[in-house]
Amino acid sequence: MDLDLPLIWAILIAVAVMLYVLLDGMDLGIGILTGLAKDDEERNLMTATIEPVWDGNETWLILGGGGLFAAFPLAYAILMPAFYLPVLLMLAALIFRGVAFEFRHKAVRKPTKLFWNGAFFGGSLAAALAQGLILGGFIQGVTVEGRAFAGGAFDWLTPFSLLVAVSVAIGYVLLGACWLILKTEGDVQDRARKRAFMALVGVGVCFAAVSLATLSIDPRVTERWGFSMTHMDFGKLLPLSPIPLFGIVMVVLAARDLTLNVHAPDWRPYLFSVGVFLSGYIGLAVSLFPNLVPFEVDIWEAAARDNALGLMLVGAAIMLPVILIYTGYVYSLFWGKVDPDEAYHD
Amino acid sequence: MELDALILSRLQFAFVVAFHILFPAFTIGLAAFLAVCEGLWLWTKRDVFKRLYLHWIKIFALAFAMGVVSGVVMSYQFGTNWSVFSDKAGSVIGPLLGYEVLTAFFLEATFLGVMLFGWKRVGNKLHFIATCAVAIGTTISAFWILSANSWMQTPVGFATDPETGNFYATDWWAVIFNPSFPSRYVHMMLAAFITTAAVIMAAGAWQVIRGHSSQPTRWQIRMAAGTLCLLMPLQIWAGHWSGEVAHEYQPAKVAAIEGWWDTRDVQGTVLFAIPDEDNERNIAEITVPGTSPYLFANAHGPLQGLKDFAREDRPPVFIVFWAFRIMVGAGLVMLALGIWGAILWWRDRIDKPGLFHLLAVPGGALGFVAVLTGWITAEVGRQPYTVYGFLRTEDSVAPVSAEQVATSLLIFMIVYAIVFTAGTVYMARIATRGFGDDPADPPERENRAPGSALGAVDDKAEMPTPNRQRAK
Repeated sequence: MDLDLPLIWAILIAVAVMLYVLLDGMDLGIGILTGLAKDDEERNLMTATIEPVWDGNETWLILGGGGLFAAFPLAYAILMPAFYLPVLLMLAALIFRGVAFEFRHKAVRKPTKLFWNGAFFGGSLAAALAQGLILGGFIQGVTVEGRAFAGGAFDWLTPFSLLVAVSVAIGYVLLGACWLILKTEGDVQDRARKRAFMALVGVGVCFAAVSLATLSIDPRVTERWGFSMTHMDFGKLLPLSPIPLFGIVMVVLAARDLTLNVHAPDWRPYLFSVGVFLSGYIGLAVSLFPNLVPFEVDIWEAAARDNALGLMLVGAAIMLPVILIYTGYVYSLFWGKVDPDEAYHD
Repeated sequence: MELDALILSRLQFAFVVAFHILFPAFTIGLAAFLAVCEGLWLWTKRDVFKRLYLHWIKIFALAFAMGVVSGVVMSYQFGTNWSVFSDKAGSVIGPLLGYEVLTAFFLEATFLGVMLFGWKRVGNKLHFIATCAVAIGTTISAFWILSANSWMQTPVGFATDPETGNFYATDWWAVIFNPSFPSRYVHMMLAAFITTAAVIMAAGAWQVIRGHSSQPTRWQIRMAAGTLCLLMPLQIWAGHWSGEVAHEYQPAKVAAIEGWWDTRDVQGTVLFAIPDEDNERNIAEITVPGTSPYLFANAHGPLQGLKDFAREDRPPVFIVFWAFRIMVGAGLVMLALGIWGAILWWRDRIDKPGLFHLLAVPGGALGFVAVLTGWITAEVGRQPYTVYGFLRTEDSVAPVSAEQVATSLLIFMIVYAIVFTAGTVYMARIATRGFGDDPADPPERENRAPGSALGAVDDKAEMPTPNRQRAK
């Protein structure tokens, strides 16, 4: 049997990036929400909900980046220089966000404490925006000549990428707020519920705007969904329509749980917001497939040698289930409402 | 020298990787130390090991966080600044880095959560397993990254695609276990353990000088001195092994390390010199003649000097020559400190402040000095290639503008200056404070998981409050 190794690896990396978006996206969303925290106690409670897991969550980003390098070196070699500045912004932001988890608790004097609280909020927000800018720049496509990026340093900066950046940040806030509903109680939970609803409204508007804008980005995308200047091709649109419809249903269900149905289980809004993200993510994947550098290089052109992909597939087939099992174990270990006294910080 | 994108990218890579390596070097050793402490505590039930564990885990959390964030930067550097290298070598070293993520990064990152936050939720044994998982993760991580880096030094087991000019593996076993990998992996692991031992000894010595000495202080100096005595001789052997391999595969690097310009049958050991690259000679050279038959026993035929290589194929001699000597010097001082500490241990004078303690405190930095200069020797010695003999550094760089790289370099310098200064201050603050008084009799919470004690009172009592600190 001949395996289509590039296709398998494209799916694996897409899943890794998806997990990053869902897991660390939630961490970044909580980071943004700490900017609205009432006091340090609430802030500590918010960060305590993710402290044991954030490091593992961020590792999916390394698998996304490292996996792209390993499996699709050509795409990595074109995309990274294309997004040089937003990648730099993301890395600098993630540095501040990452160390602030620890440093917030170590700062003794008030100004330094304020600084690291600010770094946690600002780093989370900037990382979310930078990831949105990269995604936006990715969707709109990059200029390629030969085997290299041949565009300008600011090609990624367009109204479209700014729209995507804002959407990603609001989406992360939704995930973060829903995680807080799941992990906290009382006042903190009530506030998280209100913020989750506001974020949900924002997500509904933004995701719809991004979807429409994406359809008009390139005629090939428009055509894939069955639209054209002259007519609509329902044969193409109908099989794909469950993807956006699923997203709309998820938004409605989440809205219902966040407002009318306050006695819904605490995990449900989180599950629905994950659903919203899945719909958007799969919709994008369908729009762009099989491009890995839209609209220049596809997954087969960008792929590493089959023997490299095969070697890694053996590792991934063994290790990914193991990783998912122990990640699941650690999440279950820390399941339930967060206990503020549990942190090891002195 | 014109500051083009190539030289700026090289400076940036040198800067971010030099900062990064400090933390893995420290956390590999510290994770092992923590695993040993927790294991000894579970085995002997002696309170002192638990106190050491609870003390150093706080420093570990900080160092690990800084290692993670500076490591994420590394995983994007190849693409943003060395994209041609990524394209050309991706099919060979990509999978090695992929395996590092799959087998090590997730293991470390996930079980770190249990290690730091899981005390109340898991039993002692499971917590110990989490500590071991983190320690093993750091070791596996070093395995893959050293393998990838060693392949760049001694590339074998691959061929070149005639169409694209890209490398691809023909023999994975040969790629992973390339000629320089075993010696360099052993050399790096020992360096990590030694670096950590030097820091632990320095922190203990500081506590003795300040009069904060207690039972854990004495034990940490003993363990560190013992480690240095044991591992430094091994390290000298590992370094020599690494040099023998380099002699076989990278003679130009060895010639730069040794400061040899002419090819001779028997070479001497240059103790001091100022290499003059323009005139191809050493200034103010002090040499012990006739040593090469002993130091390079595996050599066949004459030992090549730098003049044997075209100028454009030589590494920068001055940097390689001096980085190597600083590394060796730092190592020898650490060996001496280790032996000294062991003698004081034997004579039961480890907590009497003296010259040893005064020297051991700055000695805590020597491991880092040796790691940095060792890596400079290895990587600058690899120049002018990224993949030794096959891909030149100047042909590896990404098509980004000098302005962009200058911006990123500046930003990285500012960010790292803030973050790592703060981190070092916080780590030093924890490391230098003592363990408080020896408890008259060991606390009854002996049988609880380490974490429950961490949240408990005695731990808080050991930290000086801001007010008390200011009063000093």
